[in-house]
Amino acid sequence: MSEIRSLAQTARYLSRDEAEAIAKRTLGFVTSADGARVNVNSASRGNTRFAVNQVSTGGDNYDSTVTVTAYAGRRTGSSTTNQLDDAGLRQAVETAERLAKLAPEDPEFMPELAPQQYGEGRAWSEATAALDPQGRAEAVRAITAPASQSGLVSTGYLDTRAGANAVANATGLFAYARTTAAALTTTVRTPDGSGSGWAGASHYDWSRIDAAALGARAAEKARASRAPVAIEPGRYTVVFEPTAVGNLVQFIANALNARSADEGRSFFSKQGGGNKIGTKVVDERVTLVSDPFDPDVAGSPFTNEGQPTRRSVWIENGVVKTLNYDRYWAQKKGVSPTASGGSLKMSGGTTSIEEMIASTARGLLVTRFWYLRPVDQRTILYTGLTRDGTFLIESGKITRAVKNLRFNDSPVFMLNNLEALGTPVRVSASEDGGPGQAIMVPPLKVRDFNFTSLSDAV
Amino acid sequence: MGSSRREFVKTTSTAAAMLAGLAAVPSSARAALLQQGATLDLSDPDLKPLAQLGLDAARSAGASYADIRFNRNRTQALFTREQRVQGLVDNETLGFGIRALVNGAWGFAASRDITRDEIARVARQAAAQARANSLTLVRPVVLAPATAVKDGVWRTPIEIDPFSVSVEDKVGLLLAANAAALKQGARFVNSNMFFLREEKTFASTDGSYIVQTIYRAQPSVTVTAVAPDQSDFQTRQSNEIAPMGRGYEHVRDAKLVENAPRWASEAVQKLSAKPVDVGRYDLVLHPSHLWLTIHESVAHPTELDRALGYEANYAGTSFVAPPAAVLGKLKYGSALMNIRGDRTQPGSLSAVGWDDEGVKPESFDIIKNGLFVDYQTTREQAPFLADYYRAAGRPVRSHGCSYSQSWADVQFQRMPNVSLLPGDKEQGWDDLIAATDRGIAIVGDGSFSIDQQRYNAQFGGQLFYEIRGGKIVGMLKDVAYQMRTPEFWGSLDMLGGRKSYLLGGAFNDAKGQPMQANAVSHGCVPSRFRNVNVINTGRKA
Repeated sequence: MSEIRSLAQTARYLSRDEAEAIAKRTLGFVTSADGARVNVNSASRGNTRFAVNQVSTGGDNYDSTVTVTAYAGRRTGSSTTNQLDDAGLRQAVETAERLAKLAPEDPEFMPELAPQQYGEGRAWSEATAALDPQGRAEAVRAITAPASQSGLVSTGYLDTRAGANAVANATGLFAYARTTAAALTTTVRTPDGSGSGWAGASHYDWSRIDAAALGARAAEKARASRAPVAIEPGRYTVVFEPTAVGNLVQFIANALNARSADEGRSFFSKQGGGNKIGTKVVDERVTLVSDPFDPDVAGSPFTNEGQPTRRSVWIENGVVKTLNYDRYWAQKKGVSPTASGGSLKMSGGTTSIEEMIASTARGLLVTRFWYLRPVDQRTILYTGLTRDGTFLIESGKITRAVKNLRFNDSPVFMLNNLEALGTPVRVSASEDGGPGQAIMVPPLKVRDFNFTSLSDAV
Repeated sequence: MGSSRREFVKTTSTAAAMLAGLAAVPSSARAALLQQGATLDLSDPDLKPLAQLGLDAARSAGASYADIRFNRNRTQALFTREQRVQGLVDNETLGFGIRALVNGAWGFAASRDITRDEIARVARQAAAQARANSLTLVRPVVLAPATAVKDGVWRTPIEIDPFSVSVEDKVGLLLAANAAALKQGARFVNSNMFFLREEKTFASTDGSYIVQTIYRAQPSVTVTAVAPDQSDFQTRQSNEIAPMGRGYEHVRDAKLVENAPRWASEAVQKLSAKPVDVGRYDLVLHPSHLWLTIHESVAHPTELDRALGYEANYAGTSFVAPPAAVLGKLKYGSALMNIRGDRTQPGSLSAVGWDDEGVKPESFDIIKNGLFVDYQTTREQAPFLADYYRAAGRPVRSHGCSYSQSWADVQFQRMPNVSLLPGDKEQGWDDLIAATDRGIAIVGDGSFSIDQQRYNAQFGGQLFYEIRGGKIVGMLKDVAYQMRTPEFWGSLDMLGGRKSYLLGGAFNDAKGQPMQANAVSHGCVPSRFRNVNVINTGRKA
């Protein structure tokens, strides 16, 4: 034990001074008078995977990269390296400058920003940065040991990151922020393969993730989901757990690009021209916000270009308030560019999941979705399947496990068919179990959700 | 290169010794001592003693087996839209990773700093992590034997190194293709090129030392047509131009400028295509579409780690399980269905000399005349099938399916090329359409989704044509088919012949946690499937 501890070190990443020194050194290699931008990113990443109640693989690595964006008049080239010695940095600058000289003039060229003021980043946790391989193995054991004792099969993944991002340019702009991220997800199955349950959490602060509780929840779902029965596909009233809501609602956030909307190739395009800003598109109880300084969904205080991030209200009381404008499109349209940082928080209500179930005569409870892929961008229509805990609700009670179902539906339609909303919580909504973007959403009860076929997969 | 490399090893060993344990030393100071990092040649024989140092350090730290992989990935990406270049990006990442087996458990650690002391430290870190991981050990890892490869060298046989072609030429070609599409009625057009060179030097405590250079290339075009009143938009992706394990000759052969007007016309035509009537249809699937259906419904479920539950938390498990119940017994599809795994097809994305465990891949049958006969395996997986192989009089050995995307990631089982073999009769796309009374012909892959055990899938496409009485009578839109894997493959009743065989493929197949991207090709021929369930995906916003 002590040997393992002694090898542990707190996460390695570049300090503000180190990052600034590297950025300056890189900018010093720039030969063109037209300036350049340098992004310096460094992070330690650690992960532990487990399968069949034991650790299967793990990994620890540290990497730092420098990305040089060079200009030649209105021409741009970019190059990234992870070799931060002088030779490596010089080579990256030369490559970027060479590419810039070869590029055609960019009609949408935007000059580098002047120095900016930034808020203090909040997405840092010492608990996350200090988690070492043994700490990860202990967290895993809090899931595998009880699963093993109760004759279940646990599988899962713990992923932590601690690092720093910096951006600098020739005008003197410099920004630096540290961030951490952690995600723990587990799938617990019955040994006969007839039941499967999932639980997961994602937060920048490892101390907010309770491994034993996640393991217990997944185990309970695995037991309850045994021997599922087939039901007819069709339209159902559905109680969506928060993870399932996060799985779908994030696609609305991905579709918020103003330019695509103005160009007529988005759900947010308006028939006849223009976009849907000012149009009511979902239930008035729905508000969608990105706020990098909200401690619940904290993100980076700046963008890769060095823009300060700030709160963006996308949809307020069901009405589209703004869309995502990059600097060029904002200038063209005479509005301020957005720089939201990418997190997402949805408004909620006061109905508990238990109350949603109790008020449902016949419906389904969905734990989460899998293999979500776009089918039609015109309506943000997606297909995908339920997974790891799908249950039938009859006369206000969960009566049995049902087989998984494929749906073809849109989160926009879903948010128009709202019956009830619960308290928003942080979810792990990424497909691959990595930390993904910070998402906080409520459980929802929705009518007429469109399931199109049945799956035998458990 | 040789002499500077030798100098590098000498100076850095002293320098690194000075730095040992001094995590607080600024990078600038560290970096000043590592001048050769960016130009390090991974085929330089002087790398060998460094590799040995890592293996020895892992052994000293208790590893019963270890391997080390030095890896440099260089990529170049070009993005354009209409007459504008959106991005020209060169990336390079260099480092090494060490995998150590201690008490039957794996550990893996990696670093970008290629110095003697860092290699020794990372080796100890991997071994210590393996020891920590062994705390939960239930079944120790056992490796199937592998032949030691002394000084193996392999290189993708390319004609033109994509990194030697000027950026002006590449940009010129993309903008010319865009102009051709715009002239033909496209409202928007995006076109890209992506190139990768993967240099890997692998060494293991089994005595292998292998140097490989792998190239991949993908040009692509997406055309968007918009109805004048913004009531509809349709896209056409050039995805019959597959990503390939080739050089710039792949871009040349793709004839983007010549093809762009057709892609634009097809996007425009989709605006006025007839919405499909839901129902059951015979499907005639083009190889540019079918490769993805093979990928999802055949290649993934026959990965042994999935079948054993190792990927249950993300990619999922498999309906092709448990192995003892299905090997040689499961009827996967009709007798026309023959599926083979390989890493040798010229131009394929998975082609290599040796896998990331130093195993020479073999071509192997996965499905023979409709019957499931084998899984994709690595060295730690093959022993799980020992009884089956012994009963068949076959050796217990890996099929060579180990892969890692970079120095920072641990290698694990990834699919090789998994391909549908041609039929005996020499016939093609037109022959299959002529033989079909009521059906839909589908070109190009589109939307795709499949459950975590690979039973229930839904696929879209790029172009859909209605077949009536052996003839194409018009274009359809909003088409997707839903299938249950064994029934779908059971309905296969016509196959194209050898001359109609094409490779499709994916550059970024996702699997594992942390997720890693694998590049893989799937060869196939035009094929017909009977009585498949088709839905209409169009809705009003």
